[in-house]
Amino acid sequence: MKKSRIARASALIIGLSLVGVACGSDDSASDGAAASCEGVKIAFFGALTGEAGNLGVNIKKGLDLAVAEFNEANADCQVGIEAYDSQGDPDQAPALADKAIADAGVLGIVGPAFSGESKAVNGKFDEAGLPIITPSATNADLSKNGWKIFHRALAGDDKQGPGLASKITADGKMKVGVLDDASEYGKGLADIVQTSLGDKAVEMNSLDPESADYSAVVTAAKDAGIDALFFGGYYAAAGKLAKQLRDGGVDAQLYFGDGVLDKGYIEAGGPAAEGSIIGCTCAPFDSNATFLAAFQAKFNEDPATYGAEAYDAATVFLAAIKSGARDRASVLAFIKAYDAPGVTKQLKWDETGEVVGTAVYAYTIKDGKIDGSLGLIK
Amino acid sequence: MPDWLIVRTFWDLTVTGLALGSIYALVALGYTLVYGVLRLINFAHSEIFMVGTFSALIASTQLLNIPMLEDGNYPYRTGGTLVLFLVFILFAAMFISGVGAVALERIAYRPLRGNGDAFGAIVLAFLTSFVIGLIFVNETKANLIIACVGTAPISYSYLRFFKKGKKAPRLAFLISAIGASTAIAEAVGIWGPNRREQYQTPRILEKKVLFNALGTDVRVDYVIVIVGALLMMTALTLFVNKTKLGRGVRAVAQDAETARILGVNVDLIIVVTFALGGVMAGGAAMLFTMVYDQSRFNIGFILGVKSFTAAVLGGIGNLKGALLGGFMLGLVENYGSALFGGQWKDVIAFVVLLVVLMVRPTGILGESLGRARV
Repeated sequence: MKKSRIARASALIIGLSLVGVACGSDDSASDGAAASCEGVKIAFFGALTGEAGNLGVNIKKGLDLAVAEFNEANADCQVGIEAYDSQGDPDQAPALADKAIADAGVLGIVGPAFSGESKAVNGKFDEAGLPIITPSATNADLSKNGWKIFHRALAGDDKQGPGLASKITADGKMKVGVLDDASEYGKGLADIVQTSLGDKAVEMNSLDPESADYSAVVTAAKDAGIDALFFGGYYAAAGKLAKQLRDGGVDAQLYFGDGVLDKGYIEAGGPAAEGSIIGCTCAPFDSNATFLAAFQAKFNEDPATYGAEAYDAATVFLAAIKSGARDRASVLAFIKAYDAPGVTKQLKWDETGEVVGTAVYAYTIKDGKIDGSLGLIK
Repeated sequence: MPDWLIVRTFWDLTVTGLALGSIYALVALGYTLVYGVLRLINFAHSEIFMVGTFSALIASTQLLNIPMLEDGNYPYRTGGTLVLFLVFILFAAMFISGVGAVALERIAYRPLRGNGDAFGAIVLAFLTSFVIGLIFVNETKANLIIACVGTAPISYSYLRFFKKGKKAPRLAFLISAIGASTAIAEAVGIWGPNRREQYQTPRILEKKVLFNALGTDVRVDYVIVIVGALLMMTALTLFVNKTKLGRGVRAVAQDAETARILGVNVDLIIVVTFALGGVMAGGAAMLFTMVYDQSRFNIGFILGVKSFTAAVLGGIGNLKGALLGGFMLGLVENYGSALFGGQWKDVIAFVVLLVVLMVRPTGILGESLGRARV
């Protein structure tokens, strides 16, 4: 009795999944055959919510703007947007990646936003031949995996780290604590900064970004007598850290990487965030007047970190669709041959997927706002 | 003495460890009380703490209208205003957490004890039909309407389902606890204004150094946390030992059936137990936001695990054990971080727990709420 029920249930499940598969393949077939842009989509992949969700929201806005402009200019070709909110979590990302791969309409991905999730899913995208352009994942090793589909719209941490180190040295800091959040991105960047600083660096290990209490780190920083501290991680933890360091009487100059370049850092850090120096390979938001005006007109606010890079990434995909590419392979071929100016830099990739431009910028927090007046580091 | 970080910064680590340990201890009391009375690990207690931090946040920003920043600086208050505000926020957090804990008992546990009533059934039915509604529409207003319509038939079937006097197996309580925990945290993560991002609470207490002892600056916020926690725990111990309701708590902890026969209103005692735990968690939450200025939808998760650990370390079901376990865990974490680096903090905490449980399987002070003297 029991056995037969199980058998019936599994038969039902198998049956249902067969129907699902059949429907799925029907869809993709009709998509492939149509010459119009019916069902053609560009996907966002990254955190829209979660610890560092602001950064993903910035990216999504850049993508939204590019697609809206494209759809307005091309009434006969309306491109859709799909958003995969991974919460920046490498554990949640793979299931979402499978979903994106299974959707034959998705021709390109702006993302994955963070380095940890990139490491978890880019292999899947590579197998599926789904081209990606990340506007933000800067971990140096990402381009060394031989992924054909990988591109990034800004320079990696192998450029950012030495840039930051040279800024710290130029500021005359002699004893620099180096700390990270044990994430793919944070640890990677902190290690590069530490190597570049050489014997000026003081190893301070890792902290848990989810933890509320950093008193042990504060004590260690006080004890080490550092005059500067670099933390590789994201803005929420950086804000808590800055606050507790200042509360504990540590007045070392704070340096961060691009994961901290967000208003969330100012909210979390409060007055303690003032004067911090933050490196980024991303261009200042006002570096392109046309983009700035269009962004302000659409969202009624200034673009933030990675917004322009995401706009650039989306533009390349849209150009591919405009050129008639209707499947992933031809979009990928289009990106490989692409060489045109974007709003942040010349968009042209080498065979590993690294963009040609390597500028590193320094930002600071002044009067509760991100200030780009420090300009280029090198 | 060797020139190690832990030796150089020993007293500094001790002060901050005791402060965090006080918060662990206060939350641990909630686990211990409920375990003592019901033999139930109330995993949703961590969410009662989270609710407390949000109550403190809402009380400060909405009721007291404290801004996050004033002229680019913290909105410090001084003198009588400061004391009044702190006490108000404390009571707000304690009250809401206490109410939350009682509601949790009503909705998530009482129906399983075979004492389900209309209140629990209606709330559960509302939540059920809300979740079912989510499958079909994804718009809050429409969902609420669906939930209201669905409440009547579902609550009727729930009332039929929860037959009077039929107790669910022990495992069901555990699942219910984990489910309630996830549901509360996720609801705040999905519908809260900041979603899953961190929230800041305004800082009204200037973190001045109060005095210097043994070469360590002791900050006023740490002193308030440690003293506040000790006061709250003393009050709780007096309540349990000296009042009639407290005697009821001890009686039910010793033997619920006999207590019932002897005329103790067991359901009332259980409500009191949850309320006491909730009030302590609310107090912990207020002290937590005072020191760390922050909250998040899942703020209770790690802290809850740690506090539960503290309760087990000291001997679950034992009020003094919760205090001792909390302080020990806070200190061990800090010393461990200094010895091995911050990334080893949790590993060290749990290694200590394992070692203690190997030597004393019932925790340092042993399991007891009613059996031994509290």
